[in-house]
Amino acid sequence: MQHGFSVKIGFNILSLKIMIGPIISSGIVSPAWDNIFAVILGMGFGFALESSGFSSSRKIIGTFFGYDFVVVKVFFTAAIVASLGLLYLNYLGLVDFSQLYIQPTFLTSAIVGGIIMGIGFAMGGFCPGTSLAATAVGRIDGMVFFGGMFIGVFLFSESFTLFENMYYSGSQGAKMINSAFGISPELFTFFLVLAAVGMFYGAAWVQKKVKKVEY
Amino acid sequence: MGTVLLLSFYISGRGLGASGAVKNTVAATVNTVAPEHVENSAYYSQFAGGDKKPMNNWLIYEVLGVLAGAFISGVVFNRLKLKVEHSPKITSRRRLIFALGGGILFGIGTQLARGCTSGAALSGMAVLSFGGYITMIAIFGTAFIAAWVLRKNWI
Repeated sequence: MQHGFSVKIGFNILSLKIMIGPIISSGIVSPAWDNIFAVILGMGFGFALESSGFSSSRKIIGTFFGYDFVVVKVFFTAAIVASLGLLYLNYLGLVDFSQLYIQPTFLTSAIVGGIIMGIGFAMGGFCPGTSLAATAVGRIDGMVFFGGMFIGVFLFSESFTLFENMYYSGSQGAKMINSAFGISPELFTFFLVLAAVGMFYGAAWVQKKVKKVEY
Repeated sequence: MGTVLLLSFYISGRGLGASGAVKNTVAATVNTVAPEHVENSAYYSQFAGGDKKPMNNWLIYEVLGVLAGAFISGVVFNRLKLKVEHSPKITSRRRLIFALGGGILFGIGTQLARGCTSGAALSGMAVLSFGGYITMIAIFGTAFIAAWVLRKNWI
């Protein structure tokens, strides 16, 4: 009895060890599987985008006029679910946070690039991911937007020497936002959840006040 | 969507994106047409040329998956239809010109910020990246102002 029990515990610990993520770069699953997972994860992402209504530019843009906040809600919920999930998995020892790809911070280009994208967002009504979703269901405006991205990338690459200084300036490495405030990741995420709840209530209130737009 | 993003980090150690595939495709195309130009370019040479395989890349497979997943959703919810979606107050032509302009700006912006709304902002926020939050604030902050300026296109 005693013996059997300890064997079972041992097995559980072993099986936990096997699955410490990210499972590709830690060598648990062969890198050959990486591209197969890429397709599967992409499909999940594409399905989530389209089924949330992100293939419609007029639904997306509703956020900026207050008649439809679905995009903001889904966007922030996704970021929070992933943040919380990663912190939990890290706490349980199921994920090695240091192995995750954390976008390095280049302050100037992050701001300037973001501003350029913001104007593009208001003009095109899509961001790259949502334009893919729109393209997949036959929206011609989505296809044109997606095609425009190739032109934009080409223009940027060809004139890289003009952007080069800005591209590399303000480098801060893989800095995390909680360290910018001098607090722990957990505390930051807690405040983030509070902020999101407040924002969702605010959004619901605004949506009631704003005239409905049919689309 | 949060669960997919979480799984992506758990399995592959990275978030989801859309603009990286465009960058790799452009770099690969230029590499086919003018390989010397790629070698001499401080930008292209980071992604293409030499023994780099920009088209055999996680980001490319992921984007193919996005198209397939969105298509399946379109079938399931009966939303497949070839059309230009625009406000009744503007013409299709005007909508497409602005969509093209928006795409071009996103092409430039994503390269500067090293990612788009999903790759830099959403995935960056998930791992609490400082740059990801900054990019997100810059995108949404600017879009609120720009949308108001361009409101005649939408409402």
